[in-house]
Order: sequence, then structure tokens, then C-alpha cells
Amino acid sequence: MTLLFKNAQIIDPEAGTVTQGDVMVRDGTIVEPATTADTVIDCDGKYLAPGLIDIGVKVAEPGERHKESYKSAGAASAAGGVTTMVTRPDTTPPIDTPEALEFIRRRAAEAAPINVLHMAALTKARAGLEMTEIGFLMDAGAVAFSDGDHVIQNTKILSRALTYAKSLGALCILHPQEPILSHGAAVTSGKFATLRGLPAVSPMAERMGLDRDIAMIEMTGARVHFDQITTDRALPALERAKRNGLDVTAGTSIHHLTLNEFDVADYRSFFKIKPPLRSEDDRIATINAVATGLIDIISSMHTPQDEESKRLPFEEAAAGAVALETLLPAALRLYHGGYMDLPTLFRAMTLNPAKRLGLASGRISVGAPADLIVFDADTPFVLDRKDLKSKSKNTPFDGQRMQGKVLKTFVAGQEVFSA
Amino acid sequence: MSFTDRHLLGIEPLRPEAITEILDLAETYVKLNKQPNKHSNALAGLTQINMFFENSTRTQASFELAGKRLGADVMNMAMQASSIKKGETLIDTALTLNAMHPDLLVVRHPQSGAVDLLAQKVNCAVLNAGDGKHEHPTQALLDALTIRRAKGRLHRLNIAICGDIAHSRVARSNLILLGKMENRVRLVGPPTLIPSGIDQLGVEVYHDMREGLRDVDVVMMLRLQKERMDGGFIPSEREYYHRFGLDAEKLSVAKHDAIVMHPGPMNRGVEIDGDIADDINRSVIQEQVEMGVAVRMAAMDLLARNMRMAQKEVTA
Repeated sequence: MTLLFKNAQIIDPEAGTVTQGDVMVRDGTIVEPATTADTVIDCDGKYLAPGLIDIGVKVAEPGERHKESYKSAGAASAAGGVTTMVTRPDTTPPIDTPEALEFIRRRAAEAAPINVLHMAALTKARAGLEMTEIGFLMDAGAVAFSDGDHVIQNTKILSRALTYAKSLGALCILHPQEPILSHGAAVTSGKFATLRGLPAVSPMAERMGLDRDIAMIEMTGARVHFDQITTDRALPALERAKRNGLDVTAGTSIHHLTLNEFDVADYRSFFKIKPPLRSEDDRIATINAVATGLIDIISSMHTPQDEESKRLPFEEAAAGAVALETLLPAALRLYHGGYMDLPTLFRAMTLNPAKRLGLASGRISVGAPADLIVFDADTPFVLDRKDLKSKSKNTPFDGQRMQGKVLKTFVAGQEVFSA
Repeated sequence: MSFTDRHLLGIEPLRPEAITEILDLAETYVKLNKQPNKHSNALAGLTQINMFFENSTRTQASFELAGKRLGADVMNMAMQASSIKKGETLIDTALTLNAMHPDLLVVRHPQSGAVDLLAQKVNCAVLNAGDGKHEHPTQALLDALTIRRAKGRLHRLNIAICGDIAHSRVARSNLILLGKMENRVRLVGPPTLIPSGIDQLGVEVYHDMREGLRDVDVVMMLRLQKERMDGGFIPSEREYYHRFGLDAEKLSVAKHDAIVMHPGPMNRGVEIDGDIADDINRSVIQEQVEMGVAVRMAAMDLLARNMRMAQKEVTA
């Protein structure tokens, strides 16, 4: 079974190039180009890129399937060009035992047309008191360990969990935040928070959390990815940690790259995310850090919330936004805005997450799995949240002008979405 | 007609002319309220519901009296005791009330932005009687009317707002209103009670009471909001009183005819000395209460007029 993509503009995040050409696929794997194939897809000059790899997706199974199931999240991913999602363990109950992990693996395999990998909790019930069975969970398929947005406050417990995880080569994902300073905060402190009278946290809380965690990594030698770096002031600490040779990488969310604190406007709770949206200066600094590679990975931080959780006074409303389907068009704002070229943008959404997770995907090279997307970077449209395939429609981009659409999505050479 | 809004949710969206219009109309109600017959028919036939999700005695009484003097049918709902406790959401409560066809909803809520949210879901005019730490527009309007009557103008005055700015919706509404009317506003308080970024809103910040009060025309004291404190903003009440409580000595650096205001309820001996509060030459605190009824009458009257205009446009 062979498949040939012709007339494509190929985005190669590994080489950092965009080139006109063909890509050949045999039995789900990219091979050397040939002239004929069983199926030929004319890309008509559109872009061909590796499918997106999204670390940190919340699928609300188990517990809140009405918000998002593996079926709906899988459909949303395919439509958004996400060919691999890595799910978060902050479900109800959390994924903190091999049994719970086996349950969601089965659900994902039955219902989702894309690759689904899973994180497991780093501590039992994400309570920060006892580490989970990291070894068993790895055997059951956990690719990373994280307590989501719960910060492990007890440094003894964190140091033991990191030390133990390190001995097994496990990747830990931490949420850099000083939990007491940020407790109860709904927005970032400053003029806007003051005018709206909302409880706020200083952006410094992220730096403080990061500083502590970096010291823990230096102490334990653990492999750590920071889920979201969103402030200018955190960047020098991250840069130093990398320069000192610690095994750290960092991510940020698509919303922190494309929105700022003022977008909350008149208490629009769809713009309530965690950590809260930052100042414009922080947004620009975060974009530049992605462009230079200091921040490695862009994630959707997809967090489905139903209307009931959002239609509340801002302070009481649940945090989080859906983003699987808006990840690519939102990210293309950085390209259209001239902040970075396409290979750099895709590096943060394909190659870097693949490298961090030890996956062969995330690149267009011979031998890589044929997880590919064909997309148009320019098609303008106005987003209607009702069109989203996610069960929850809590996107901050509702009614906004976007540019760029996924035309086709392939997973291991199989078409899973066509516009 | 300058005030054409459907709701009164805050001072922030109001133009200076709209503020003046409300104050001018309120003046006529100040006169009416001094007559033996205090009744008007401005709201005759209309239903006013006061929904207070947070304790209030004076504001609720003031709104109730204002509505009754204008001839509205007024109903008070104490929301802490009601369905909210049974788990009903704010929006469901709003929709339930909306089905009863009120014309004016007066709402106080402990969450910032809650009154805006509610206003999106109902068909009647909504008056914000205080939402969280956001706004309390009728308080700022009654303060403005009090200042205008005492000083003869509402512009080019030096006004100090003192105390717990961080937890105060009164401070936010006042500094916005006074700024719009082209006054110089100073905020005076310990740095822990001054919210971050507020210096970017066109005010001057002082942490020393004597410097902050120098040559001001108006001293506006705020209540130390003990119930909002989640700990550790000030070392003790007595140290607070010593450094930021208003007494004769600190007031002596203000202009000789400076007036003293307080939105109430007062903590005597915490933020204000009892003698100052009672000094009829300085304190306009009782007048503020009087202006409160008149301003609320004016605001509700104008909202009812706007509502009738909108209905006429629909039928025309």
C-alpha cells in the first residue's frame, strides 16, 4: 500500500526548510520518493507538514464524559491536525493507578482515530503526599508523570518522587507556580485586575515556582518538562538551567501566545485560564522565547468545560479553554504576524515534543511514521464555536477572525480527516 | 438626554454629561424629599426588586425608600437565605426573577462582575448596588452630589481617598468618577491596601497620611473592610489608627474648609475619630445618606425613562 503526496510545500522542522516536492508513504511509513503509487494526493501547492503533537490535553474521561470523551477529543484532534495527543491525568478520579491507565488506554484505542499517549499522576490523587507506582505505570504505558496544575508543596516528597522517577528514566512534567501566592487568583495583577476588582496574582509567582523546581532538578538530576512558561521574568532562570546542562525543557500554551489579560474585558469567563492571561509584554517575550527555542514546545492545554462551569461570576467560573481545533490557526497568527517562520513554528508543535517523548514522529524524513497534515495557511474564516467537534465549546476565539485550515489529516498513512 | 443607558452597572461607561444629568435630576429630588408630601409618580406601576446577595442595611433601605417615594412596587429579596444556598446558579435565579417581569432590578453581589453577568440575562433595567471589589456607582454619584453641594463645584478639587483601597468598590467608582470630572485624586493608605497598577489610572498614591492630606478640599475615608481581609494586610487596628486613622491633628494639614466624608458604616476609633465624624462643621456623613436617596431616585427615574423610550421605539 503506497501513497504519494504531490505538489506539496513541505515544512521540514528538522531541516528548518520549506521546499516544493513530493512525499512517498509505504505501509504507514515515510519512504524515498517514487514516481508512482497506489494512491496519489495532489496537494495543489498547499503545505504538507508533520501532524501536531500536543502535550497536555485534558480528555474528561473518566468522570466528566459530558465535557469531552475520547471520541469527541479524537474527532477534534483529527480536524485540528493533531495526530498525537498526550492526555493529562487530572481527571475525576485521576489517573494514578495502572488500572485507571489501562481503562483510558482501552477507551482511547476504541474511540480515537489518532495516536493517544497518556500521562499519569506523579503523586496519588494528585495530593502531593505519596508518589504513585511510577514503575507499574510506565509498564502500563505512561509516557510522563504530572500532577497537572497541582503543585507539590512538600519539597521532601517532590525530591523523592523526582529521584525515583529519574532512576526509571521517567519524564516529569511540573507546573511552575508558587501555590500560596497564586491561591485564589483569577487574573494577573496590574491595572486591569485592579479596575475589575478581581483577585490577582503577581507574575512573579511563576518565577518563584520555577526557581524552586530548577533547584530540585539540580539536586535530583531528574528529567523535567515545565508545562507552561508564560512570563518574561521566568525566562532568564530557564535559560540558566538549560545552559547549566540540566535535563529541562519548557512549554507554553497557545493562549498565552495569542491573547493577553485585557482580552478578559467585561468578565468574559471563556478567557479564564490557568495560569491567567498575562500582560502584552509577557506575551511578546514568550513568543520570542519560542522563536529562539528557549521555550521548546507549544501546547493547546485543551481543557473542556461545559456552559454551567463557565456561566458564573468570573471568580467562580472554571478555568480552561478547548483548543485542539484552534491550535493550528491560532499558532499561524505568529507566522502571519511575522514573529517566526513556519519551520520554527512547527518545530515547537511537532519535532520538539516528539524528541522530548522519544517518538519517531514529528518530522518528515524517511523512516518516520506518516502522521501528516495538509493545510492552507491563508484561508480566512470567522470561528463559530458551535462548529467545533469538541463536546465543550469553551473557546476564547469564538467570533474571531482566524487564518489557516487543515485540509487533510493522516495517521500512519491513513486519512482520518478531510475538510 | 445624556444618560441613555439601559443599565447602571458602573461609573466606567458613563460620560461626564451623563453624570451631570443624574446629579441635576437628583437635586430636584433632594427638594422633594424635604417636602411633607414626598411622593412622585415617576415609577408608578413599575416593579422594583432589590436582590442583595450580600448583607446591607443602609444601601438596601436607601434603594427601597427611593423606589417607594417614586411610586414603584418594591420587593426585597434577601438572597443569602434563598435558593442560592440550595445550589441554584446566579443565572437560573436571574431567569426565575425575569419571568416575574420586574422593571428594575437592584443587585448587590459579593463577586466582581456578577451584576454585569446578570444584566446580560434579564429584560429589565439593572442597577449595580455593589459587586465585589469592582464598582458601586450610586455611592460615587451620591458622593459627587455631596461634594458639589458642599464645594459649589465638582471639578478642580483636590480629593484624598484614604484607607482600604484594595478591597473597596467605593474607591474604584469614586476615583473613576472624580477623574472623569477633572479633579485631582490622591489615594492614601498602607501599601498593602493599595492595589497594584492603580498608579496608572491617573491618581497619586501616598503612604503617609500627613503628606496625602496636605491642602486637600475633600477627605474621603473608607471603612477598613475586616470581613474581606484574608489576613495580614495591617499589623493591628491600633497601629492602623495611629498611622491612617483620621483625627484632628492629621486633618489640620488639609484646607481649613475641607470636608470629611465616609460611606458608612464607620468603625469609630479604627479609621476615623468619633469627634471628627460628629463635627458638623467638617463632617458631611449624614448629608451623604440624604443624597443617597435622592441620587437613587434620579438614577431609577432616568432608567425608567430610557426603558419607556426603548419601548416606544419598538412599537413605533
